[in-house]
Amino acid sequence: MSAPYILQLNQIEVIYDQVILAVKNVSLAVRQGSIVALLGANGAGKSTTLKAIAGLVRAEIGEVVQGRIYYQGLDITHAAAADLVNQGLVQVLEGRHCFPHLTVEENLYSGAFARKPRAVELNQALERIYHYFPRLLKLRKNQAGYTSGGEQQMVAIGRALMANPKLVLLDEPSMGLAPLMVEEIFQIVHQLNQEEKVSFLLSEQNATVALQYAHYGYIIENGRVAAEGETKVLSVRDDLQSLYLGL
Amino acid sequence: MDFFLEVLTGGLLAGVMYSLVAIGFVLIYKASGVFNFAQGAMVLFAALTFVSLWEHGIPFWGAFVMTLLSMLALAWGVERVVLRPLVNRPPITLFMATLGLSYVIEGLAQLLWGSQVHGLELGISDEPLEVGGMLVSQFDLFAAGVAGVLVLILSLLFNKTRIGITLRAVADDQLAALAVGIRLERIWMIVWAVAGFVGLVAGLLWGARLGVQFSLSLVVLKALPVLIIGGFTSVGGAIVGGLIIGASEKLAEIYLGPLIGGGIENWFPYVLALLFLLVRPSGIFGERAIERV
Repeated sequence: MSAPYILQLNQIEVIYDQVILAVKNVSLAVRQGSIVALLGANGAGKSTTLKAIAGLVRAEIGEVVQGRIYYQGLDITHAAAADLVNQGLVQVLEGRHCFPHLTVEENLYSGAFARKPRAVELNQALERIYHYFPRLLKLRKNQAGYTSGGEQQMVAIGRALMANPKLVLLDEPSMGLAPLMVEEIFQIVHQLNQEEKVSFLLSEQNATVALQYAHYGYIIENGRVAAEGETKVLSVRDDLQSLYLGL
Repeated sequence: MDFFLEVLTGGLLAGVMYSLVAIGFVLIYKASGVFNFAQGAMVLFAALTFVSLWEHGIPFWGAFVMTLLSMLALAWGVERVVLRPLVNRPPITLFMATLGLSYVIEGLAQLLWGSQVHGLELGISDEPLEVGGMLVSQFDLFAAGVAGVLVLILSLLFNKTRIGITLRAVADDQLAALAVGIRLERIWMIVWAVAGFVGLVAGLLWGARLGVQFSLSLVVLKALPVLIIGGFTSVGGAIVGGLIIGASEKLAEIYLGPLIGGGIENWFPYVLALLFLLVRPSGIFGERAIERV
């Protein structure tokens, strides 16, 4: 693979509340059209890294104090989340974060409003989501808060796709889901990547499934990159398996 | 029986006046999860600005539009100075901020327009109208009509438009709203502006009823039981809550008052609200928190 990088992180450091160092010196890159996995234990700094990219750390009183983040060659280190969404960089938050009182369809709509689509475009975008997630079509009038965990993950991913993203940051998509549902979600990620060339940067604690679908992986430990490599290589390295991946 | 109906109708119509104030709370609570204690001060600010402009010889609609613009400016200022620095803080922090804000707005109103009491004559006759043998206040009927139109507009706004979906999304989950590219600052500004508009309408009607004076900001206190009964998140609930409060306080005053001494109108709504809190803490139409087990 020698596609250009869509995303590059250059030695970034993130501090919460001016004292808590959550990410120190993380560098990573995502090639256009690839799926990249961030692996590591709870609290390793995966979520913070993703939120730093999407411009969401500021909402949690965090700040990128060192390093630079480039998206499509542009410096986005301090860009606002809404501007990034408009440029095709969307994050699906850990724990799904659907709007519980909105219907499934309203949740999906909300994802598209940032790009101010006309009514026709909006409905086409909706059709596309139902094509990938047929299950959501049956639930479209239900309040999202009453759907199952897997369905909420679908709503959250579908909502992000409504923005027509080029790069999706997926934070712990398998969290709390049944194995079959995890498989289904990753299948759809794979399909979107293949058919629509959407790039993904996903964080996972479930290394088995992540290594199976991703092309490249980073192992994050204590806010640093501990190892990286093609997933084919990572998954057979004995030292990593016992130390980090629990395979 | 006729007397009973007359008291009931009078109470219901008076209740609509409470609803008007309560709707302003609901709007801001829905979109930002903030209980805006400053709503009463906004009602006062709007009424005082309007009446002062009008007394300076500016025609009715001119004064109305200018007041509306000043409410927009107020919304902009509140978003910039108070809300933006407090993004994602706990609701109690924001509540305390609005508590402080209410004094700032009252002070500002006083600074700009002085502290004397103004009369406000909207040109609606307060002659009672005879409807089917009952005497009904024309002014109350007018207020009820205004409230009805307001509710219709707001429910269309909330349920049928993109802005409405966005507002409800922000109310549900601010971080997720940020993540899908919603600009929170814009939404808050819109919502405070709409609440300012509702405050203006409430301020004119209440001002015409009580005179424009500083006790106007205390109508907030009567909106509280209305919100508890109707639910903090429903515009329709604010109306129903207002009707219940209005009707029950008047009926209680007439029929219960003589038994336990008069003047119960003033505290009866709060007792009723307490009872509701025991039975249905989220109010009749309030959204219940969705919890899955």
